[in-house]
Amino acid sequence: MFAYIIRRLIGAVVMLLLVSLVTFGIFFWLPKLAGQTTDQIAASYVGKAPTAEAIQDTKERLGLDKPVVVQYGNYLKALAVGKDYKAGPVTDHCPAPCMGYSFRSSQPVLETLLDRAPATLSLAIGAAIVWLGVGISTGVVSALRRGSVWDRASMIIALAGVSLPIYFTGLVSLALFSYTFKIFPGGGSYTSVTDNPLRWFEALVLPWVTLAFLYAAMYARLTRAGMLETMNEDYIRTARAKGLPERTVVTKHALRASLTPIMTIFGLDLGLLLGGAVLTENTFGIPGLGRLAIDSIRSGDLPMVLGVTLLTATSIIVINLIVDLLYAVVDPRVRLG
Amino acid sequence: MNKMRPIAVFAAGVVAAAGLAACGGGDDSGGSGSGPGYNAGNQAQVNKSDKKGGTLKFGDSDDWDSPDPGNTYYAFSQNFARLYGRGLTTFKPAAGKESLEVVPDLATDMGQSSDGGKTWTYKLRTGVKYDDGSTVTSKDVKYAVERSNYTKELQLGPKYFKQYLVDNKPAYKGPYEDKSDEGLKSIETPDDQTIVFHLNTPFQEFDYLVAMSQTMPVPKAKDTGTKYETAIVSSGPYKVDNYTRGKSMTLSRNPNWNQSTDPIRKALPDKIEVQVKQNADDIDQRLLAGSLDMDIAGVGVQSGTQPKVLTPEQKPYVDNPVQGFLRFMSLNQHVKPLDNKHCRVAVQYATDKVAAQTAYGGPLAGGDVATTVLPPSVDGYTKFDLYPQKQAENGGLDEATVAKAKQELQACGKPDGFSTKISARSDRPKEVAMAEAIQQSLAKVGIKVSIVQYPAGDYFNKYVGVPKYVHEHGIGMMIMAWAADWPTGYGFLAQIVHGDAIKPSGGNNLAEMDDPAVNKGLDDAIANPDKAARMKAYGEVDKLVMGTAMEVPLVYAKALMYRPKRVTNAGITYSYGGMYDYLNMGVE
Repeated sequence: MFAYIIRRLIGAVVMLLLVSLVTFGIFFWLPKLAGQTTDQIAASYVGKAPTAEAIQDTKERLGLDKPVVVQYGNYLKALAVGKDYKAGPVTDHCPAPCMGYSFRSSQPVLETLLDRAPATLSLAIGAAIVWLGVGISTGVVSALRRGSVWDRASMIIALAGVSLPIYFTGLVSLALFSYTFKIFPGGGSYTSVTDNPLRWFEALVLPWVTLAFLYAAMYARLTRAGMLETMNEDYIRTARAKGLPERTVVTKHALRASLTPIMTIFGLDLGLLLGGAVLTENTFGIPGLGRLAIDSIRSGDLPMVLGVTLLTATSIIVINLIVDLLYAVVDPRVRLG
Repeated sequence: MNKMRPIAVFAAGVVAAAGLAACGGGDDSGGSGSGPGYNAGNQAQVNKSDKKGGTLKFGDSDDWDSPDPGNTYYAFSQNFARLYGRGLTTFKPAAGKESLEVVPDLATDMGQSSDGGKTWTYKLRTGVKYDDGSTVTSKDVKYAVERSNYTKELQLGPKYFKQYLVDNKPAYKGPYEDKSDEGLKSIETPDDQTIVFHLNTPFQEFDYLVAMSQTMPVPKAKDTGTKYETAIVSSGPYKVDNYTRGKSMTLSRNPNWNQSTDPIRKALPDKIEVQVKQNADDIDQRLLAGSLDMDIAGVGVQSGTQPKVLTPEQKPYVDNPVQGFLRFMSLNQHVKPLDNKHCRVAVQYATDKVAAQTAYGGPLAGGDVATTVLPPSVDGYTKFDLYPQKQAENGGLDEATVAKAKQELQACGKPDGFSTKISARSDRPKEVAMAEAIQQSLAKVGIKVSIVQYPAGDYFNKYVGVPKYVHEHGIGMMIMAWAADWPTGYGFLAQIVHGDAIKPSGGNNLAEMDDPAVNKGLDDAIANPDKAARMKAYGEVDKLVMGTAMEVPLVYAKALMYRPKRVTNAGITYSYGGMYDYLNMGVE
């Protein structure tokens, strides 16, 4: 088990290096292949009607005047040993692992990521609890009552959940529950859990439900399909023949086996969401990593884009490692080696 | 100076916009609600009050370029910065034409000019303090100008001071590199209350330049360069408690601000909150629900909200001002056959401006049909129309207008028309729709145009602002929008029609106009100390520009602005591009 974890962690480091290299390449080489010059990239960090002098100054300040390979090397060096940043009259030291400074705000990337992460974590984990609870239970009941009104109704709702985009369900839920019935606070009301736990909870109910509506629908359909397949297995018939109560047959035998593919997908979904739930955060004005990512991409803020990308990749890798380890717990047939 | 909010991609908006078009437009009548009245805020501040207290809540679908007064260009930022900073002058807190007036702020009076407009002297008010209790001095104003215009680190704001102030020899490198006590020699501070600027050319609108936030004082010891935006020292009635990029800003009262030193501010709310990066449609919903007081960007409600604010109950809380923007089409004089004036005049007549207006959102959300380069909200505007058009009864240009276009094509030697390209920004659907409308109207006289689209971020730096690219690709017509950095004819025209504004890349003089009469008209006007004569001259320059037929004005931009019921002293200021004046805004 220990050797397995070490192997996976080494693989993770290699993967993160590759991700950073690809992101760097996309940012610098693709625009150049499309004919954009370094001056034009630098001009986007200067105000209206940039002068040649301002563009040159900006290139030097951001290090864009150096070859891309050197810039990438400097980025890795900063990750390993930290770097100094000259903000004008003051110089900041960014300790390792330094992910650089924003091209836009001059704020340290890691500090910004850590500032935004709690909002995304709150949103993703809360929504995951809701969608796992609702999605799996709905799927199980649908499978056990196949063809019933409940089964048909829940699958129709599930289809709607998968089909409706979050920016639609989010705005509709805000219009109804915040601005018409005034049950929940409106957009932009997110507060840190440490500042005001009650307000934190109130502000996240609609985002949780909106996000969970999409995922619960998918998980309900997956669970239903998995359960239907498992319930026809020989060992289920054996369990019933042994006289085990139906509750035990369903929960200990059928559901456990059906959970393995769901865990795989859950690992990927949660990992991605921890990198930012872009649409939900944008719709509800939650200052999380998703909104940071999209803003950074729009404004061409490479260090911030790299930071969010690496964080997302790390989330996916770590959660998938945990999921793989959990396979052995959930399914005794799986052995890690 | 202004900034456009990205157009929200929201399907409902399309439906709603169609509904709005069906409503018709241009109606100035008020609704049946009990509010102060439709367009009341265009002429005067409405819901006037001196009531102090409460929290004024702003929302923004984007963020500042930077809230650092020395590193910002956005119009709303210039407007809002006056709550925590005081420049030498500012614009009068008023609505409509009155808002164009420059008044002293940190200075006791307007600038005293000498040397034919090349030297400007200001006296500072005494007793003005920062939020830490220290006293504001003229050296802090000098330092603020130096850091904002001469450093490599602060590049987001305009650089007019660097352009107009006499430079050191060798060139001044800014206070972060040049550690000498003297700094920039062309700004003198003979005592703590006096500051003298020496310009390299007569410039009679210097009072407008010092109204920019770059003259808000910064104590050298407190400057942290690019990080200053999170540690701003306040000289205004509010101090910045917190600014986190991408999240929010909160302001509270500056305990050391003294009303007796500040005759123009009321400082009404106890607290001001700004939430940034909010969903644009949600901002509108919150404005209507009363949980938000103002959209700080000041570019009007989203298309999906427009029908809602035009209902009888809401319409009395709506203003539909001209925003100081001109949407226009430049005809490049080096792209054949537009090098021939007759061909350009043919385009002037054959461009159906009503169709372009409709494509951009109609008279309410798009704007008024334009016939001049200067918009009506800019000082120096003169109404005229060198290429009058008429609409046919069943829509489109009437026969007489089309006939004039054909006559000009004949004179140009292209009686059957010609082919060229028209550019628009690909991520601005309304601009593309405008290009399509123009394409259709020009086709009726045989002018065949193909539309080329470029992303807004690269539009000027890489494509239409690069003359070489324009010539090589034969882009004869280019759609763009422009607003003044300060609301006078010179502030508006100099960057788009003066020959000096032609640049290898990133320029805004897309027609490459370098007309000696236009250049001289602008140069003479800015050196003329007589304001009335100057304003008259701008109208004449506008006529000269239109006489070249290189610019086709399309619409004077307008927006539907919403002022919630509880907001006090809400009036449209023309000085910041037709948004509400934030200086004395309060809440009931």
